[in-house]
Amino acid sequence: MNILVCIKQVPDMEGRFEPNEAGSWFDEVGLAWRMNEYDAFAVEEAVRLKERLGGEARVTALCVGPARVVETLRKALSMGCDDAVHIDDPEAPERDPWQIASMIVGFAAGRGFELVFTGMQSEDRSSAQVGLLVAERLGVTCATGITAFEWRDGAITVEREIEGGRSCTLRLKAPALLTCQQGLNSPRYPTLPNIMKSKRAKLTVLTPESVGLEPPKASSGNFRPHERNAAGVILDGDAVTLAAQVLEILETRTAVLGKGGVR
Amino acid sequence: MKLLLVGEVRDDRLTAETAELSGFAARLDAEVSMVLAGSADALPSFAGRLYLADLETCGEFSSDVHKRLVLDAIEREQPDAVVLLHSSYGWDLAPRLAAAMQSAQVSGVVGLDDGGYVVESCNGKMRRTVRPLTDFAVLTIQPGAFAAAPMAGSPDVIAIEAAPDSAIEFLGCIEPERGIDLSRAGVIVSAGRGVGGADQVELVRALASALGGEVGASRPVVDAGWLERARQVGSSGQSVSPSLYVACGISGAIQHLAGMKGSGFVLAINTDRDAPIASVADLLVVADLAEFLPALTAALEQR
Ligand SMILES: Cc1cc2nc3c(=O)[nH]c(=O)nc-3n(C[C@H](O)[C@H](O)[C@H](O)COP(=O)(O)OP(=O)(O)OC[C@H]3O[C@@H](n4cnc5c(N)ncnc54)[C@H](O)[C@@H]3O)c2cc1C
Repeated sequence: MNILVCIKQVPDMEGRFEPNEAGSWFDEVGLAWRMNEYDAFAVEEAVRLKERLGGEARVTALCVGPARVVETLRKALSMGCDDAVHIDDPEAPERDPWQIASMIVGFAAGRGFELVFTGMQSEDRSSAQVGLLVAERLGVTCATGITAFEWRDGAITVEREIEGGRSCTLRLKAPALLTCQQGLNSPRYPTLPNIMKSKRAKLTVLTPESVGLEPPKASSGNFRPHERNAAGVILDGDAVTLAAQVLEILETRTAVLGKGGVR
Repeated sequence: MKLLLVGEVRDDRLTAETAELSGFAARLDAEVSMVLAGSADALPSFAGRLYLADLETCGEFSSDVHKRLVLDAIEREQPDAVVLLHSSYGWDLAPRLAAAMQSAQVSGVVGLDDGGYVVESCNGKMRRTVRPLTDFAVLTIQPGAFAAAPMAGSPDVIAIEAAPDSAIEFLGCIEPERGIDLSRAGVIVSAGRGVGGADQVELVRALASALGGEVGASRPVVDAGWLERARQVGSSGQSVSPSLYVACGISGAIQHLAGMKGSGFVLAINTDRDAPIASVADLLVVADLAEFLPALTAALEQR
C-alpha cells in the first residue's frame, strides 16, 4: 500500500516577521525553520499505520518549497517515512493554495496512493485549502480536521472535531485524504541512528513545471503586523519590580483584589 | 455585488453565527440570497431568495451532498461570491466548492481592505490582504469578526434537492467531557505551551490560587496531557468571560482568543512582545513566566 504525506516547512512563530521589499510576505532573513505543526501529526499517523501493517506499506513524504525545505523532508525520513520528494520551487512561499495543490496533484495522480495525509492548515498562511483541493482534484474522499484515525482493510473511521469540544465519528473508504488536527497523536522524536540515516538518504527532486504548476487564483499583499490593543500597556524589567507594578495595576484597574487581601 | 450566503444548521437550529454572514454582506452593501439545508418549520428571518434543502435527507455531516446543493444554488443564482463561516462546516465545504468552480478561495476573512479581504497569518501575529483573481470567489469569514446584522423578513423559499448518497457515513457525535465550568469564574489563569512542561503548570496553579481563580489552558497544553481537556479555553473548548484573564505563555491564536475575548481585564505574560495576545491584552508583561509567576504569587500572598 502506498501512503503519501504532504508537508510544509514554516518559520518558528516566535520569530520577528518583517515584510519583504514588495510588502507581499515576510523577509526570510533571521528566521528559524521547522515542520508545520499540523503536518507533524500527518507524518506520525502515516508512519504508525505503516508500522501496524508491517512491511506492506510505503510512506512517501512530499514537500513543495525552496532549497531550505530539504531539512524538513529529512526530518520526515528520520520519523520513519521511506521516500522523500522535493518539488523544488523557490517561489512556493508566495504561491496560492490552488498552485500548491496543482503541483501535488500533478505528482500524485496515477501513482496509486491509497491514503494521503496532510495537515489541516499551515501555521503561516492558514488557508486550510490545499488538502481538500488535492482530494477533490484527485477525486478521492476527504475528511478534515481529524483527531482520531482507524484503518481496517480499506475502511477508515475518523473522529472529526466540530465546535465547542464536540466531535463526530465518520466512516469512509480508501482511497481517501485526511487532514490532521492537533491532538491526533504525539509526534515522535527521531532516534539518532534514524537521523544519521536520513542525512544520507537520496531525495527525488522535481521541478514545478514537470508536475504541472498552474496559474494562481488569488494574489496576496500588504503583509503587516496585527494591531496591538491601542489601550494596552507593555511592561518589562526584573521580575520583582514587575510583580509590584502589576499588583498595583490590578488593584486600580480591576475589582478582583478586594482591599485587605485576596477575595 | 451579489452574494450567496451558506447558512449553517447545528442540532436542527440555525447557528447564531449565520447572522454574521448577513453582517458581512451589509458591510459590502451586497444583494444577498441564501442556501441552507434546514427545515421548512424553522426558517431564518431573512428577506431574499432562500434555496432550501431538507436537512434530514441531506444529513448534517455529508459534505459531498452539501457541495452539490450549494453548486445548484450557485448555478441558479449566479452570485459574484459564495460566503461561508470559517467554521468546521465552512472550512470543510469551501474548498470543495472552489475546486468545482475552479475559483479563488479566501479563508478566514477578518476585515475588508480596499476591495481586498484581510486574513490572519503566522498564527495571528501578522495580517495580509488577499484578492481573488477569478470573477467568482469562495469566501469564509472568521466567526466573531463581523458584527451580526439583525435578521428580519420572510424568505422567498425555493426548494432544492441533491442526490443524498454520500461517500462519508456519519456514525454519531461524541460530547465533550464537562465537569469543570469555567464560564462563571471571576478569575481565570491559563497555561499555554510557553509554560514548557507538566511540572511548570504548578506555577500557574499557585497564581490561580493566590488570586482565588480557576486554572484554564490552551489547546496544546491539554493535548499534551498537562491539564484536563475540560479546562481548554477557545473555539473548540469553553467560552469564558471572567473579570480577569491571565494568559501565561499563550501566543493568542484566533481560536484561543475566540474563547476569552469577552474577558474584562486581560493580563498576558509572554517572552515575545509581538505575540498576537497583545491585540487583546490590557497589560502585557514581557518576561519569562518561570521567574515572573512566582514573583507575582509571592507579592499577592504578602498583601
Ligand atoms: C480548528 C482549530 C481549533 C482550535 N481550537 C483551539 C482552542 O479551542 N483553544 C486553543 O487554545 N487553541 C485552539 N487551536 C489551536 C491554536 O491555533 C493554537 O495552536 C494554540 O492556541 C496555541 O497554543 P499556545 O498559545 O499555548 O502555544 P504557542 O502558540 O506555541 O505559544 C506559546 C507562547 O508562549 C510564549 N513563551 C514561550 N516560552 C515562554 C516563557 N518562558 N515565558 C513566557 N512566555 C513564553 C511564546 O512566546 C508563545 O507566544 C485551534 C486550532 C484550530 C485549527
